[in-house]
Amino acid sequence: MTDPRAWLGGAWRDARQALLRLARAPLATLTTSAVIGITLVLPLALYLVASHLRPLAGGWDEGASLSLFLRDTVADDALPTLRQRLLRLPGVAAVRIIDRAAALAEFRRYSGFGEALKLLPDNPLPAVLVVRPARDSDAQAIERLAARLRALPQVDQVQVDHAWLERLRALQHLLSRATWVLGALLGLAVLLTIGNTVRLEIQHRAEEIRVSKLIGASDGFIRRPFLYAGVWYGLFGAVIAWWLSTISLILIAPPLRELAGLYEYQTQASALSLGEFLALLGIGAALGLLGAWLAVSRHLREIEPD
Amino acid sequence: MKSVSLAKQRLSADPARSRAKGDVIHFEQVSKRYPDSHAGLSEIDLSLRQGEMAFLTGHSGAGKSTLLKLIGLLERPSGGQLRVLGRYLNRLAPRQVAAHRREIGMIFQDNRLLFDRNVFDNVALPLVIRGMAPREIARRVRAALDKTGLLHKERALPVTLSGGEQQRVGIARAVVAKPPLILADEPTGNLDPGLSRDIMALLDEFNQVGVTVLIASHDIELISTLGKRILVLEEGRLVYDTANPEGRHD
Ligand SMILES: Nc1ncnc2c1ncn2[C@@H]1O[C@H](COP(=O)(O)OP(=O)(O)OP(=O)(O)O)[C@@H](O)[C@H]1O
Ligand SMILES: [Mg+2]
Repeated sequence: MTDPRAWLGGAWRDARQALLRLARAPLATLTTSAVIGITLVLPLALYLVASHLRPLAGGWDEGASLSLFLRDTVADDALPTLRQRLLRLPGVAAVRIIDRAAALAEFRRYSGFGEALKLLPDNPLPAVLVVRPARDSDAQAIERLAARLRALPQVDQVQVDHAWLERLRALQHLLSRATWVLGALLGLAVLLTIGNTVRLEIQHRAEEIRVSKLIGASDGFIRRPFLYAGVWYGLFGAVIAWWLSTISLILIAPPLRELAGLYEYQTQASALSLGEFLALLGIGAALGLLGAWLAVSRHLREIEPD
Repeated sequence: MKSVSLAKQRLSADPARSRAKGDVIHFEQVSKRYPDSHAGLSEIDLSLRQGEMAFLTGHSGAGKSTLLKLIGLLERPSGGQLRVLGRYLNRLAPRQVAAHRREIGMIFQDNRLLFDRNVFDNVALPLVIRGMAPREIARRVRAALDKTGLLHKERALPVTLSGGEQQRVGIARAVVAKPPLILADEPTGNLDPGLSRDIMALLDEFNQVGVTVLIASHDIELISTLGKRILVLEEGRLVYDTANPEGRHD
């Protein structure tokens, strides 16, 4: 009995028997598994969306920039020198010059005030330097850089354009928090579903349990088939959840790619990695085992031979 | 006095289990009271030696089934000392109950077969719960079916069998693991006299090879012709024992 190979052989035999029993009632098995799958797919989908947003919000990428509005006193021909100076600062990746004429042209093009501006004797717009921070900069580094640039005598105002990034981060935060909360709640729902199914199965097989106890079956022997059934339900549910999430992902791939494209981010709408898939199976199996175990430890004791 | 100290010695060696050579069943002032009921058993003194066969009889409600249930630990005694197969049942831990039952082959009036399994699987159950290898199970099940004359029915479902055949499946299941003790509660209850005689003869055959057999039956006509020990219960008391006809029974 202690020989591990004999034990494994016995375990596999029991698992197969539990599977065959489930296969004998395919519709009921499928229904229960589908309920578990649908329950699992919601936290799974949230997880997938959150993990697609993560690289988007992770690096600063092309998205973040600092706009330096220069004082009127700075002449256009001083701009290239200033640009060279800024490029030497740590944390600066690139600097683009928008001189006053270019700024005016841009303003005319986008504002619709072109005719009114013509009435002004002078160009009222300041020159702008657009600074792109280094890729590995985090929010604090950006703030430090902004403070430093603001201290320059030529600089009038610094504007940091990263509100969308902050929002994205907040959203991602919310999503991953929601994944956990929903995952815990729906995990509980899976436990209850499996527990209830196993409870019905125990009631259905009450006479078999009674006779088994009568002829001296150990508690472990009686418990085992129900625990295996729970594990199978969990595994089937996990596979169905994976399948549903893949289909959902295919459906939301186009708008997701559009969103990613807006942020100049390349995404591939891949479903789960192999590791994540195995983790999903593990979670399903663990929930199944736990749910079955709860039902078994509550209800097997109620059935005693008479 | 001597036997008491001997018993104490055995107790200290192994409290739950010590085989007193000879006595497979030993009741000492055993009582059983059901809650909310006067009925049960009162102060039963009774011994069955190894290899003995006895019948337990009495009116309906006398306590025959109760006595068998105490032996198989389907009920716990309310008082007295009960020793079966060397185990002191009063102090047996719940987790040891299953092991105790595995050493007893139990046969029931309503045979308690699993009706969604065929004859082979029903008879195999006691071996399956022991974790025996499939090949060994098949060999032993066929031997038990052969002995009970059911070899040709191994694939049949119980509902397709006659009452006598179903009872023999129950007997095959009780003996397949070769228990040292067989208990039968009204094994011929639903059968006609000819079939009843066959069943008793079959149980006698197991007794011939050394198995201790205790059978509860109200069929006094039948059992009085078999020349075995007869115990009579009345209102929960043992009032007569053919092995001890002079004994004080009150
Ligand atoms: N679980 C129980 N709870 C309460 N009373 C019980 C219980 N089981 C049996 N009894 C009572 O104990 C008494 C003895 O019952 P038991 O079943 O042992 O009788 P019996 O001799 O087997 O009768 P029969 O020949 O009808 O089978 C009866 O009065 C019965 O009503
Ligand atoms: Mg009875």
